[in-house]
Amino acid sequence: MSSANQHIVSLTGRSKVASNKKMTFMERIYLPAIMKGFGITFSHLFKKKATIQYPEVTRPIAEIYRGKHVLKRDDEGRERCTACGLCALACPAEAITMIAAERKADEMQLYREEKYASVYEINMLRCIFCGLCEEACPKEAIFLTNEIVPSDYERSSFIYGKDILVEPVDKRVDISKRQTPAVLNFKKDKNQSHNI
Amino acid sequence: MDGNYILYKFILASAILLISLLVAMYSTLFERKLAGFFQDRLGPNRAGIFGIFQPLADGLKLFFKEEFMPGSADKFLYILGPSLTMMIALLTSAVIPWGNSIIINGVEYSLQVADINVGVLYVFAILSIGVYGIMIGGWASNNKYALIGAVRAASQMISYELAMSMAIISIVMMSGTLSLSEIVNQQHGFHWNIWYQPLGFLLFLVCAFAECNRSPFDLPECETELIGGYHTEYSSMKLGFYLFAEYINMFISSAMIATLYFGGYNFPFMDDLGLSHNAITMIGTIVFFIKISFFGFVFMWVRWTLPRFRYDQLMRLGWKTLLPLALVNIVITGFVIMLKNHS
Repeated sequence: MSSANQHIVSLTGRSKVASNKKMTFMERIYLPAIMKGFGITFSHLFKKKATIQYPEVTRPIAEIYRGKHVLKRDDEGRERCTACGLCALACPAEAITMIAAERKADEMQLYREEKYASVYEINMLRCIFCGLCEEACPKEAIFLTNEIVPSDYERSSFIYGKDILVEPVDKRVDISKRQTPAVLNFKKDKNQSHNI
Repeated sequence: MDGNYILYKFILASAILLISLLVAMYSTLFERKLAGFFQDRLGPNRAGIFGIFQPLADGLKLFFKEEFMPGSADKFLYILGPSLTMMIALLTSAVIPWGNSIIINGVEYSLQVADINVGVLYVFAILSIGVYGIMIGGWASNNKYALIGAVRAASQMISYELAMSMAIISIVMMSGTLSLSEIVNQQHGFHWNIWYQPLGFLLFLVCAFAECNRSPFDLPECETELIGGYHTEYSSMKLGFYLFAEYINMFISSAMIATLYFGGYNFPFMDDLGLSHNAITMIGTIVFFIKISFFGFVFMWVRWTLPRFRYDQLMRLGWKTLLPLALVNIVITGFVIMLKNHS
């Protein structure tokens, strides 16, 4: 063996120097190795299983997980979105589309701003859940939640409209974990207080 | 040949047929469960508790699958292939002694459908026909992968049959009979053949894996090289028959191993229990099924432990290792028998 071979640094501590030396008789009949293999597989019968029984048991998700989107309402239950289109512009996957409409006089309690999104759609098959829409939103209207987008049979059913995205008035979604320091600073800014 | 006798044979034959099918059905589930456990998974557990309805669901699925037949396939042979495989897989169970006899009203009823005096030969005859089902299916599909799989199956089964028969010849030499019930009776109590023929047992076991086309000798159907091997072009219940026949073969092979080397329905201290003949027979049959289940487990254990052989390695093992070993085993057995008779 050359001196270079003796100084192999093993980072994992598991590396072995391959050798083509002639096998001994015990190695050639393979039976000891096969028995060893049987022992290994048999021990796995009693090991803890890695399976998570999904619908009944869910894997713990981080609170800042970027999952399904939510369109927030403000404290009075009015939709925050003003259909500025910045989220659609920011979206690298071009998953967001919207149609803007003007608020009527009798819709004051429904929409916070004069302009609102009459149609707001996110294609969940295109979405890469990067969270750039959140960052782009000047109205704190869109957030990603720790809810997972469920699987489905049809492509068309993955285009989520306002009926799925807007949070229900009686079931508010807590997004405080996903509010970035930038958002919190924005809230403190007196000049922007009309936005909050 | 009274009506009673015919009725008893009919009941016994149907019972064994049903049990074979049921065992084969549930060994698919057992195999999937074990595969899961060996790989730190859970295996199927959604259809009923522990997935006990999984075989039914699988069967139902196969029935409702599209029945596809390649345009250039030979229709008659294409259908004959799986039917023949299934039939041959079930035929062997006729000569296996599933238990001793039951005495009802002074009449002795043997728990063996056909106690023919050439039982061992019969088993080998049926095993040799077994290759036809695969060969015909592979040929009739008119597909290169199916044909390669079938050719592999044919040469593999013929090669390993040789070593297998040689291993059994030692047993036949020892017991001096070809009748399976006689071979089992000679292993009464704990005088199992495994104590006298350990090498023969090992050879038989390895050959049994090869004969059943089970891993590590599953070259006829190796997915990675031949898509599905001889059943590449099969779908629906015809494919189901091929897959099902494999499990029946496993069951029958396990029964043969238990019969020839592990005393069949005999168990230690069977004479010291002081039970009636019928009770001993019942316990013996249960013990026999426990032995079969154990070997069924070994079949699956091997499958999920050992990687597949390369084809030249398979042939080398069969012809250059197992066959000479079996011949040596015959010579040793003959020598020992001679010494015994001489002294």
